[in-house]
Amino acid sequence: MSAPSTTILETRGLAAAYGHAQVLFGVDVTLRAGEVVALMGRNGAGKSTTLKAIMGLVPANGGTVTFEGQNVTGWQPFRISRLGLGYVPEERRIFTDLTVYENLEVGRKAAAGAPGKEPWSLDRLFAIFPNLAEMKGRRASAMSGGEQQMLTIARTLMGNPHAVLLDEPSEGLAPVIVEQMADAVLAMKAQGIAVLLSEQNLYFASAVSDRAYVIEKGAIRYEGTTEDLEDNDEVREAYLSV
Amino acid sequence: MDLSFVVIQALSGLASASALFVIASGLTIVFGVTRIVNFAHGSFYMLGAYMAVTIVPWLLQFDRSPTLFFVGVIASAMVVGILGVIMELVLLRRIYKVPELFQLLATFGVVLIVQDVVLKIWGPVDITGPRAPGMRHGIEILGQRFPAYEMFLIFVGPAVLGLLLLIMHKTRFGVLIRAATQDREMVGALGVNQAMLFTGTLFLGAFLAGLGGALQIPRLPANTGMDLSIITEAFVVTVIGGMGSVPGAFIAALIIKMLEAFGILIFPKITLVLVFLLMAVVLVVKPWGLLGKPEVASGRAVLPEGILNLKAFTRTEALVWIGLAAALLLVPVFGDTYKVKVGIEIMVFALAAFSLNLLIGNGGIVSFGHAAYFGVGAYAAGLLVTGPLKAPMELALVVAPVAGGLAAALFGYFIVRLSGIYLAMLTLAFAQITYAICFQWVEVTGGDNGVVGVWPSRWAASREVYFYVVAALSLTTILALRHLFYTPFGYTLRAARDSATRADAIGIDVKTHRWLAFIVAGAAAGLAGALYSFSKGSIDPTMISISMSIDFLMMILTGGIQTVMGPLVGTAVFHSVKDFFMPLTDFWRFFLGVSIIAIVLIFPKGIVGAIDSLRERMGRGPAPQPKPAGEAA
Ligand SMILES: Nc1ncnc2c1ncn2[C@@H]1O[C@H](COP(=O)(O)OP(=O)(O)OP(=O)(O)O)[C@@H](O)[C@H]1O
Ligand SMILES: [Mg+2]
Repeated sequence: MSAPSTTILETRGLAAAYGHAQVLFGVDVTLRAGEVVALMGRNGAGKSTTLKAIMGLVPANGGTVTFEGQNVTGWQPFRISRLGLGYVPEERRIFTDLTVYENLEVGRKAAAGAPGKEPWSLDRLFAIFPNLAEMKGRRASAMSGGEQQMLTIARTLMGNPHAVLLDEPSEGLAPVIVEQMADAVLAMKAQGIAVLLSEQNLYFASAVSDRAYVIEKGAIRYEGTTEDLEDNDEVREAYLSV
Repeated sequence: MDLSFVVIQALSGLASASALFVIASGLTIVFGVTRIVNFAHGSFYMLGAYMAVTIVPWLLQFDRSPTLFFVGVIASAMVVGILGVIMELVLLRRIYKVPELFQLLATFGVVLIVQDVVLKIWGPVDITGPRAPGMRHGIEILGQRFPAYEMFLIFVGPAVLGLLLLIMHKTRFGVLIRAATQDREMVGALGVNQAMLFTGTLFLGAFLAGLGGALQIPRLPANTGMDLSIITEAFVVTVIGGMGSVPGAFIAALIIKMLEAFGILIFPKITLVLVFLLMAVVLVVKPWGLLGKPEVASGRAVLPEGILNLKAFTRTEALVWIGLAAALLLVPVFGDTYKVKVGIEIMVFALAAFSLNLLIGNGGIVSFGHAAYFGVGAYAAGLLVTGPLKAPMELALVVAPVAGGLAAALFGYFIVRLSGIYLAMLTLAFAQITYAICFQWVEVTGGDNGVVGVWPSRWAASREVYFYVVAALSLTTILALRHLFYTPFGYTLRAARDSATRADAIGIDVKTHRWLAFIVAGAAAGLAGALYSFSKGSIDPTMISISMSIDFLMMILTGGIQTVMGPLVGTAVFHSVKDFFMPLTDFWRFFLGVSIIAIVLIFPKGIVGAIDSLRERMGRGPAPQPKPAGEAA
């Protein structure tokens, strides 16, 4: 485990609602630079909503989001993204009318803040996602689910983020692809990118993450290392479908 | 019919298709990215033409060269593009999140403003532009002469298509436009500043409209009716082609113009009906148009949340309404002829507006063409009493609602199959087709002049008696319609409005319910139209015009779309204000446009809605509605 370093992303008392339905009731999550953290919870627990509220895609109606020391609560998503926070949605939201290359082009932007790090290039991305290299010109609608999942991550990396919100990367994928996803997350970590991922699959989570939060009914119920979580039958039975 | 004729006809069709495509492509691109149907696109087209008849002759003084002609055309389009940017910055930027109905109305406000501005700057007389130097001759084709400029236009469409495709596929801006057309929220989450993208898109869209207008000047004098005549055509093209699809617009423009070019040979009078049939068929078979895509859930509503306050009248409220009704009924006793006339009109329009709100507020069916049914009723009545039948008023007042209902049944059959913005566009297109038929079928309808001599029966000939005829019919119809809000039928419509899928799932036949509502509203509007025609003594196409539909919308908006009785208050206020101010100013449309925008931006709940909110805040009246939590931020 890497030594805890500076906090890159932090939510305090984050609350959010869809219309009249309050979904998040004060979520506290911390992500430190270079760390991979899993946000675990059942269907409908509020994982995706937490990530969307951090990104400004769902307006927060309480609490704060701080990214790299800036209070970004209420900011528009594009501004948050430009600060260096990447977002990979659960539904992938690939631009199916565009080619693979064009999808990556939409995501391309320069890194914010501290230069020095080598920016993501197509070549480096294709080294992590070799499948994509072979289908640069293909329309994204003609890709398999696994390929789309890789594309959606690669597209976000093109924006040179310092931290990435990754919503259920393993969902609905074949086991070999899940393994590739785990490799991709570890590759990001190796690049120094912090990752906050939502997950239901404890095996996947413990394979890639340092720490885990468990969310249920819109509030954090447990916080600890993934090892501890694996050993804690009580929490797993109460909040995670095993 | 010989071959050369067919060829010439086909070439003319191609030239018109080309010109139409240039305009429609801009509309479809802007819609794709911003999801706003921009009524003002027609105004940009008109401005393009006026700019060109100003700039091009000035340039040609220096040298009558084709180059300077096209420099002038492009410059005109650029100016219009910049106006598009200004519109984005000043208005659109504020309304991306408001319900679609309000967006449509706000852009229509711009149409009204531009109309008066154009009138002020260029005057009411058509301005003929210069012919294009070097293209004034005819080209000989199979023994027939075909204008060189038309030949040139044939190539403009494909050239613009090619350029647009190049921009769309080879530039970052184009790739972003295509991505945003599919999922603009995701584009934002990837760090793209949508504001810049939208501004750029508006420039491109307005530029194309302006280009389309500027290219018209050798064939068509710049005139003040260009905006609304083109916008309907452009709407039809984008709807058939699929909103957001540039190639779709190209194909649709081709089909429509070829259909018109050859339809005119076979059925000279009914090319419009052919176009209408084509659109109806396309939309039923492919509701998103030929190359369109189903709209991704944008999380944005067509309407503000529906009727908020459905409770029956309290005793005081009932007394207030009875008092108002009594005061109204006393107008002929105390008022002068002018007040009686205004009173009649208010009751007539109140009926039309009330029936419209049954569709909009209660049913979630945003009709932009309610004047169609009003007009059909007016024409049915007017033609019945003046035509060969010389039928009496009584019969006409029975036939008119039937006619309005039948028209609503015919159009509504297609309309209720759609939803959201497509539905609104289709209602508008049907209304425009009705307008065009009444305008063009001169032998029967009297065309532009309409028909005079539509008078009530002798016993009702005095204004005072006719006032009570109108009062009896419109007030009872309004009460009957109001009753509908509280019947299971009314509840079902609201359930369908709030979630059509859910209503479908629990076994409600949403389409049939909506269709019935459409027919009822059409019949009521038809009655209103007939009553109106007898009060004016004539019929004319303005009764079916877009402006009339917009007036109805303004009436319910002024009163409050989310209320049951608001439309009545709104009609009284709107019509009194209009009747008072319109004769005083040459800028009525300008002020109306500004008011529409103001209402959308500042006052979207209307008068009665505002009163309700006020009482809510003072702790009385209806139980406070929980605010959507997101709005607090
Ligand atoms: N767009 C929406 N509108 C209304 N309610 C929503 C919306 N999206 C999610 N919800 C509700 O919010 C709650 C939390 O949803 P969320 O998507 O955050 O859960 P999740 O933990 O990501 O679940 P899953 O594992 O299924 O993705 C659920 O009850 C869900 O029904
Ligand atoms: Mg989720």
